[in-house]
Amino acid sequence: MDALDVARWQFGVTTVYHFLFVPLTIGLSVLVAILQTMWHRTGNERYLKLTKFYGKLFLINFAMGVVTGIVQEFQFGMNWSDYSRFVGDIFGAPLAIEALVAFFLESTFIGLWIFGWDRLPKRAHLASIWAAAIGTNLSAYFILAANSFMQNPVGYRINPDSGRAELTDFPAVLTNKVALITFPHTLAGSFLVAGSLIVAVGLWHVIRNRDSADTGAYRFATRFGSWVVLVASAAVLFTGDIQGKIMTDVQPMKMAAAEGLYRTESPASFSVLTIGSLDGSREVFALKIPYLLSYLGTGDPHGTVHGINDLQAQYATQYGAGSYTPIIPVTYWSFRFMIAFGMAAGAIALLVLWSQRKGRTPSSRWLLRAGLAMPVLPLLANSFGWIFTEMGRQPWIVFGEMLTRNGVSRSVSLAEVLTSFTAFTLIYATLAVIEVKLLLRYARAGVPDVSEQPPTDDTDDAERPLAFAY
Amino acid sequence: MELTTIWFLLVAVLFTGYFILEGFDFGVGMLLPVLGRDDRERRVLINTIGPVWDGNEVWLITAGGAMFAAFPEWYATLFSGFYLPLLLILLALIARGVAFEYRHKRPEASWKRRWDTAIVVGSVLPAILWGVAFANILRGVPLDAEHEYVGGLVDLLNPYALLGGVTTLVLFATHGAVFLALKTTGDIRERAGALAVRLGVVAAVLAVGFLAWTLSIRSSAAAVVLAVGAALALLGGLAAARVRREGWAFTGTAVAIGLTVATLFAALFPNVLPSTLDAAGSLTATNAASTPYTLKIMTWVAVIFTPVVLAYQAWTYWVFRKRIGVANIPQH
Repeated sequence: MDALDVARWQFGVTTVYHFLFVPLTIGLSVLVAILQTMWHRTGNERYLKLTKFYGKLFLINFAMGVVTGIVQEFQFGMNWSDYSRFVGDIFGAPLAIEALVAFFLESTFIGLWIFGWDRLPKRAHLASIWAAAIGTNLSAYFILAANSFMQNPVGYRINPDSGRAELTDFPAVLTNKVALITFPHTLAGSFLVAGSLIVAVGLWHVIRNRDSADTGAYRFATRFGSWVVLVASAAVLFTGDIQGKIMTDVQPMKMAAAEGLYRTESPASFSVLTIGSLDGSREVFALKIPYLLSYLGTGDPHGTVHGINDLQAQYATQYGAGSYTPIIPVTYWSFRFMIAFGMAAGAIALLVLWSQRKGRTPSSRWLLRAGLAMPVLPLLANSFGWIFTEMGRQPWIVFGEMLTRNGVSRSVSLAEVLTSFTAFTLIYATLAVIEVKLLLRYARAGVPDVSEQPPTDDTDDAERPLAFAY
Repeated sequence: MELTTIWFLLVAVLFTGYFILEGFDFGVGMLLPVLGRDDRERRVLINTIGPVWDGNEVWLITAGGAMFAAFPEWYATLFSGFYLPLLLILLALIARGVAFEYRHKRPEASWKRRWDTAIVVGSVLPAILWGVAFANILRGVPLDAEHEYVGGLVDLLNPYALLGGVTTLVLFATHGAVFLALKTTGDIRERAGALAVRLGVVAAVLAVGFLAWTLSIRSSAAAVVLAVGAALALLGGLAAARVRREGWAFTGTAVAIGLTVATLFAALFPNVLPSTLDAAGSLTATNAASTPYTLKIMTWVAVIFTPVVLAYQAWTYWVFRKRIGVANIPQH
């Protein structure tokens, strides 16, 4: 074990952890804004209740996303300073723009929204949640553009004197085809999580809390969330399909690694299950669907998909001796888990909608269990998706330009990285337990009472309690 | 003006903004057990910064991002070199941010007490460590010819840097007390105003000492002017606090913090991280900078969006301009 291994583990753990909160923030900010808009438009109190109810869950989650996000920005400089030196000219710009354009918008207007219920005119208050939602979604674009440069570097040159990457075409970085497709794929994955959370909480109240006066609100939430999940599932599939083709084009090794495809095939079959030899160099058993991989990778059922062994040989010639193959079991299984968990959420959403057809009230305990599992499934799918896309890029930190092992900080000792990895793991684990308990507590508590308290005449404005207070 | 100079100024402005804004957040956080005698009072204190602390913290994220984009070498060397202090700052900011949001989510006293601890520790630690970090940036650290940090943690804990840490701690505490006197009503307002004067005297002594020591290490005409301005602003703020002119007192401490940070940057220029070993290892605004193309794009982005951000953040402060007191805290 050396500092490089620990730095990689830390990046993996802190990033996957951060991305447990980000999708909910991205998705719920918009969905809560939609609910509040519905209240604004119809005046129906049901939507106000749901806005406040899901808004509360959103904020419990939002705080975690914010504080774990600062770690992400600092980590590049702390653990990956040689990487930061190498790509800073290109990679720093989207990060700075993300903060200036998106994070300020998000954080400032979230503050206005949380505390502004009685301070802002209704329209301005509604606009605040939309501004925060736009900021959140915009931030995803810039960080994904930065990440896409690592997957498929474009718009740069290597300065022969300094040996560093230099920006030559910023629009090209922002319109990197990997970024353009990863952005909608990530948003769709985020709405899958947010929609699932709305369904899970709503369904629990529909089934367990039958006599509640707010059953109508919960039933609506359950259907609303289910439709979000269904649309998001379709979008995930559609964008994922395009992503696969772009990946085959720009990172063929990642595609081959996703499939455990050792030899180049045309046409190539999609592996449902492949078991490789222990050293990962050849397959022992495989169950396959003919032509499917060729179609997924190239759009043509007879297209050629390059195999790991051929690409390894090609890269060794191109970049010099060494291994250019990711860890195949990790890429192979994370790719499959991503697809399976993501699609499972969509399937449950269909069941939930079916259970409520024509005004029926679902009562099945199995349906409830499936519904409660829903938010966890796309969270797992998102995590495996990131593990796949980052591990599938290895051994590169910037594909074709810099190896991960060359990006790590030289001045940081093993002891230092271990300290930081241990500290983050401990504080993150503690906060995860606290966060989940709080979410469950507030999810169980149900929608709030929103009836206006009659203003008593003898208390003047200065004495009135705040509409919201920490 | 050269693009690298513009970006040096912009990074300086972002950190200045960060310390002025989060400075009073830190102050409020560390005074929580001092000025908040019971739960309702503590809630008053927290709610004075409730709507704004997150937006204030984004100044740091933007400053870090701007440093990364405009001076990658500076960002890389500084963040990997100041590893453990930055780790502590991150852990503190995590605990503190979650604490603001979660503290009122359960009624148990033990629950609130734990989050109060997180808020206090999470405010005190960064308030000290930022001072230590910036003093070390000015003083210089051991960098080799490739601009890699070759010192250890002990090199960062020199007397000058420690004085810097104590100075920012007391300065932020004063700033926080002045802010609370400006934003609260009743008894808390009185106590915050009285405490601000007492803290302010200590802060003034520390700040004058720290600024003088700073100028003896590295100086320029601009730095001297700014340092004198910082000292005068702090004394002015202190005088205003004594006669309970809260708006002026806050202006005074805000300007004092801003000019103190500006003094450091002015004395530092054109270095961004000097080396205490061979001068060739020093990082400067020129040798640490990105390419002119990147700086040009970033300049356009900054020119367009910074005024917008300033406008809506200022509007937020205006929306929440009212003082609050215990009567405004809801029962649950």
